[in-house]
This record gives sequence, structure tokens and C-alpha cells, in this order.
Amino acid sequence: MDVLGRYRNLIVLVGVLFAQVLGLAVQVKRTSDSEPTRLIRVWAVDAVTPLEKALVWVQTSTGNVWHNYFYLRGVRAENRSLKQQIERMSLEQVRMSQDADQARRLQALLAFKEQFISATMAAQVIGSSGSEQSRSLYIDKGEGAGIKPDMAVITADGIVGKVLRVYSSTSLVLLINDQSSGVGAILERSRLQGILKGTSTGEVALEKVMSDETVPAGELVLTSGGDGVFPKGLLVGTVTKVAPGSELFLNIRVRPAANLNKLEEVLVVTKIDERQAQPEQTGATRAVDILAERLPTVPPKPENAEKGAVPGPPAPSSTSSDAKPKTVPPEASASSGAPAARKTASSAPSSSGAAAGTRAMKVSPQPVKAAAEPKPQSAAQDTPH
Amino acid sequence: MAITYTSGEQVEVYRFSIPATVLIPLTAVFLQAWLPLRFPFFSIFDLPLLVTIGFATARRSPLTGLLTGSVIGILQDALTHHPIGLYGISKTVVGFGASSLGIKLDVEHAGARFLLTIFFYAVHELVYFMISRGLVGLRMARGWPHECWSGVANAVLGVLIFMLLDRVKQRT
Repeated sequence: MDVLGRYRNLIVLVGVLFAQVLGLAVQVKRTSDSEPTRLIRVWAVDAVTPLEKALVWVQTSTGNVWHNYFYLRGVRAENRSLKQQIERMSLEQVRMSQDADQARRLQALLAFKEQFISATMAAQVIGSSGSEQSRSLYIDKGEGAGIKPDMAVITADGIVGKVLRVYSSTSLVLLINDQSSGVGAILERSRLQGILKGTSTGEVALEKVMSDETVPAGELVLTSGGDGVFPKGLLVGTVTKVAPGSELFLNIRVRPAANLNKLEEVLVVTKIDERQAQPEQTGATRAVDILAERLPTVPPKPENAEKGAVPGPPAPSSTSSDAKPKTVPPEASASSGAPAARKTASSAPSSSGAAAGTRAMKVSPQPVKAAAEPKPQSAAQDTPH
Repeated sequence: MAITYTSGEQVEVYRFSIPATVLIPLTAVFLQAWLPLRFPFFSIFDLPLLVTIGFATARRSPLTGLLTGSVIGILQDALTHHPIGLYGISKTVVGFGASSLGIKLDVEHAGARFLLTIFFYAVHELVYFMISRGLVGLRMARGWPHECWSGVANAVLGVLIFMLLDRVKQRT
């Protein structure tokens, strides 16, 4: 008893440390996606996030009152609507690109399924984890708003992360530059696939790219869709540095397209639809028809020279109807090709952070230009005559 | 003069009211989570650690110090996506050490507080590194220059925070 009294403080210290180490060991061993959220986390989050939400609301409201009523009243709203209009028109232009139609036809041949971001929800960033070792954010939407774990979180500039934990009115988003984050990625031009992971210093690295591959700096990195979280074709960032790495892989650094240090509003992808591309033709598309469309057109001769004229090769636009691809249906026509897949087509999230469902946005499974280059040869060989 | 051995009778023990005991750590955790959103450079500070040191050195009770550090650390862990216990263990050690040292040293002087904060910041980082690397498998790659500057920055902020805590603490 004398010993106990004499070393009471040390005994309590050892006991508390041991209990925490034991708790740590149990958590690390049993880590799984189906593990329920621990009560202590719920308490801590419930204690901190209401104040964060209130502060953000006050800040946003004050800013709105000033900007929308006292300072350049009406001008900002007009500017915003004009920017949205420009964005919509850019998306229309990309949509009508012939290369996107061709990629779709080829995908139909191979029975690929396309993924569409059919619904998103705007959310405001209200807090962070407070630790440099844990790169995550809290948003003001939770289970009550329909948020579920593993939902993708994006901005108009690029991807941000995924929902890791969901609480009643808030959610924890794991950023792509966190060490435990992993995103399936693909390089736009070279089509090399890799895994995007965060580093301990907060940078983003593209791993598992073989060292004998050539990756130029400045190349765009897109999501590959292989992780099952992000639809294919979303912009991730730009390659900034390529160096020989350890083992057999390159050490590639990527600068995220979204500014992860200054996020205020994000979009949570709440619904992704899949459907098979539907080409217009009633029968199988012949490879020769696809190739014929690529040939330069010869304009028809004027009427007075028709009698002695030899009919030239058919213009791509006058190819037989059974090979002409179907016009993209209106639902998909609101979608975008690869370049526009880098920006979400959804409206800019409201400053109040209200949930906003958006129109369907198609994400092209393959960037347009890269799909156009090598495919016809294999299509010619595979397509039945 | 600042760091001198003092006898037990000369060491004053303070306490904090219940509202201060609850609200100050909560505020520190909240500010730690919220301020880096607006000011990214703020992530080098560790407000909960400074509050732990402040409470521990004022109360001068190892038992209270380690329990305070444990609770504050676990609260800070709960906001991250890492397992709960990393900051808990680190701040438990710091709370125990700061309160034990507070019994033997005069920590009322700004200079003593500055050095004390740097020392315990280093202890905290070392323990966190060992736990995260050894038990959880996290990779920490912060270099020595970054740690040194962080320590100095935290020490400067700590001195200011201790001055604020001086206004709230009560003599027993």
C-alpha cells in the first residue's frame, strides 16, 4: 500500500497510457468500412461542428449582405449569370464534337458502359481536422441530407476527395492529398494508369507507373474510374515533376486542379448512373463505314458537269444511314466531352450552401482525342461483316 | 533567475473553474479545426497542446495533468480520421511531464515558459512520431527545420496563451 501511495501518479500514468495503447491497437486491427462510428467521435464532432457552422453562416451572411446589396448591387449577380452562361455554351460546344460521337460508337461496339454524374449536392466546408497529419475537411451536409460514405466530392476545378464518415448533420471528407487516400488515375494523352496517393507533406503523387514509360510534365491527370468512387474522366490535376523513383516505378508529382488549401464550397456526387452507349445504327456498324467517315469529302460537282462526272467517294455525311451514329439523346446532350468533364456542369453552389440537385452530366469515359487515334484498326478487325 | 529550484512552500498551485476547465480546451480544439481553413499557415500551431501545458503547469498535479492531457488529446483525435489515441497518448505524457516539472521549477516567468513549451513540443512530436510510426504505420516526413520553426512558433504563442490563462486561474 505504501508503494501504491508513493508511486500513485506513475501507476495512473502507466494505466492511462496502457488503456490508450490498447484502444489504439484494437482500432488499428479492426479497421473496416463497416465499422460503426465511435461514440467519442460523434460527441467530439457534435461539440465542435455546430459552432463551426454558425461561424461560417455569420461570415457568409455578412459577406452576402455587403456584396449583394451595398457593394455593386446587382453587378455581381449579373457577372455570375454571365459566367454560368459562358460555361454552358462551352459545354454545348464540346458536346457537339464529332470525336465524342465517334468514341461513343466505338464503345458501343465493345459494349462499354458509360457513367453519368446524375445528381450532386452542394455543401459548404465548415472545418478541418486540425492536424497536419490528417488532411480532411468537414462539410455541412450529413446523413440527413442523404450523404453516404464513399461518395465522391468534387469542385468545378477538379476532384477534392471522398466522404469518409457521415454524421447526422455533417460529414468528414478525406482529401486526395492525405496519406491514406487513393484514387484511380489515368494520364490523358499516354493513357497510362496509376494510383494517386497523398504524401506525408501534403503533396499528391501518381504511383505505379513503370519507370520505362515517358511522362511529360504538364500532362493532365484524369480519374480512371477504377476505384469505384470517382466516375471516369474527371480532372485531377497536372503533372509537375517526373523523376526516377524507387523500385520499378516513376516518382510523379501532381498538382491538384482544385485548390485543396482554400476550399469553401464543394459538390458531393450523390448519384452516378450507368448505361450502355446507344448508337443510332439498326445493324452492326461496319468498320469500313467508320473508316469511310474519316475520309475527306469530295464536294459534288455542279450540275452542268454532272453528265460526264465520275462519282467520287461518298462524303462522310452521306454515308449509308445504317452506319451513321445516332444523335445523342437530350439527356446525354446536356453532358460534356472530356475537356468539359473537367468542370462540373452543375450550377455553382449557392453561397448559403443549400442542397442543389443538378442536371445529368455525362462523363466521357475516354478523352476524345486519345480515343480517336489507334482504335479504327482494331475495330476493323473485330467488327463482323 | 527564471529557472531555479524552489521549495515546495514557494510553489503556488492554481486551479480553474469548471466552466474554464470545459470551455478553454473546447475552444482550443475548435480554433485548431477552424482557423487553418482561413489561414493555412495556422496548421503549424497546436493550440490543444499549449492549453495542456498551461493547465498542467498551473495545477502542478501530475494526476490532473495527465488526465487533462488525455482528454484533450482524445478530443483532438476524434476530429481526425486516424485512430483515437495518437494525440491522446502524446498529450498524456506531456500533461504528466509538465505538471511534474511545474512542481520543481518556477514557470511563472516568460522565459521559463518559452523554453518549457519548446521542450514539451519536442517531447510531444517525438512521442507522436513513435506511436504513429510504430503502432499505426503512418509516415511522417517533416524535416528538422520545419520542426524547429514549429517549436519556436508554438513557444511564442504559448507564452501569450499562458498570459491569458493567468487571468482565469484561481489560487487554491
